[in-house]
Amino acid sequence: MSAHIHQQQRPSAPRPDPAALERLRACPHCDALYQIAPVAPRERAICTRCGAVLIAPRARAFSRIIALAVTALILMAAAIFMPFLDLSASGMHSRASVLDAVLAFSDGMMLPLSVAVGALIVVIPALRLSLIVYTLAPMMRGGPALPRAAQAFRLADALKPWAMAEIFLIGVAVALVKVAGIATVTPGPAFWAFCGLVVVTVLHDDVMDAESVWQAIERRETARRSAADAAASRA
Amino acid sequence: MTPAAVPTARTAGLIGCTRCGRVFAPGTELCTRCGAPLSSRDPRALQRVWAWWFAGLVVYIPANIYPMLITRTLTYSGEGTILGGVVELLGHGDYFVAFVIFFASILIPVGKFMAIAFLALSIRNHRFLDEHAQHRLHAVVEFIGRWSMIDVFVVAILASLVRFDAVATINPGIAAISFALSVAFTMLSAQSFDPRAIWDE
Repeated sequence: MSAHIHQQQRPSAPRPDPAALERLRACPHCDALYQIAPVAPRERAICTRCGAVLIAPRARAFSRIIALAVTALILMAAAIFMPFLDLSASGMHSRASVLDAVLAFSDGMMLPLSVAVGALIVVIPALRLSLIVYTLAPMMRGGPALPRAAQAFRLADALKPWAMAEIFLIGVAVALVKVAGIATVTPGPAFWAFCGLVVVTVLHDDVMDAESVWQAIERRETARRSAADAAASRA
Repeated sequence: MTPAAVPTARTAGLIGCTRCGRVFAPGTELCTRCGAPLSSRDPRALQRVWAWWFAGLVVYIPANIYPMLITRTLTYSGEGTILGGVVELLGHGDYFVAFVIFFASILIPVGKFMAIAFLALSIRNHRFLDEHAQHRLHAVVEFIGRWSMIDVFVVAILASLVRFDAVATINPGIAAISFALSVAFTMLSAQSFDPRAIWDE
């Protein structure tokens, strides 16, 4: 672990040229200014003041992120549609899917909460993974980015705190302990799919380095612009 | 190293993007790389922090007064509040789960209200906590705040699972909705706080 970017020593001139600005980064959390330098895979550039991880590239990151995101989406689909939990007590059975848990608040004035729970545990995690695949898949083999890739990736980043699949899973564990005394609970395939989803999401977030993605998007945007300029000057 | 010794985008007369870290000349409004709106320091950030903070506090009160769970069995009918649920779990001897719920539904929300208020009031006053401690406190509040949502999910699962018609049913109480709102509002409050301002001279 080594900080490979150097603290910017002197304040820049009042009107710095764009090329010099391109090599500067401000810590998003504490605003400390750095000159970027190459960071090797598995090394991390850490803000010397607040300790935030600024750059943490990984080898073959894009293909790994896409593979993990697609895996997570498949597990999510399985988790929604397969039986989640089966409850039995003195001969009676009751089963619930993830969708049933979402719809638990669907009568009357609690409906907005059903919408919120559905968003937090299914829609937002799935949307975030889809946006990441949308951004990275075309760029994986060096191709151009799709339109609005930057907006898509920015939205995916903003949605991160609102994707609560792992919190839902802890909630399930607590609920199981609560009913364990009065009934027998059997987890169904969707339960294990959901556990897998949480593990894959953690691995995905670990490989994800936003700075690498932003650099890839910016390189393509610059190339596209200069190609458009060249075409315009030829015409 | 005193905070003043660290060059920042602001002291260099530049604007850093809080979403992607790219640096721009003053006067730039949108980040050309990620498209996020830029501001060196948003003067209205603290207003937003307090607005979400009060909204969160207002809905946190009914969340504790009204029932979270409505349980009906053949022999029993009762309404459980958040604190009542913790006490009940303790009575059953489920100390670990009682602790998880107490931590997620009472300790985190109350601690979060105090931490955000403290940070918003002492953003320029480092008498009690230095910049590093304040920054860490904000990072912890942002990281841990979302975990309060556990209780809402517990209610959702119990209500969808325990449906033995007439014999035993669990229904969600109105507190679930105000508690969920309180968690969302305080998350927005913490997100509105700009930790860069902690370090400004």
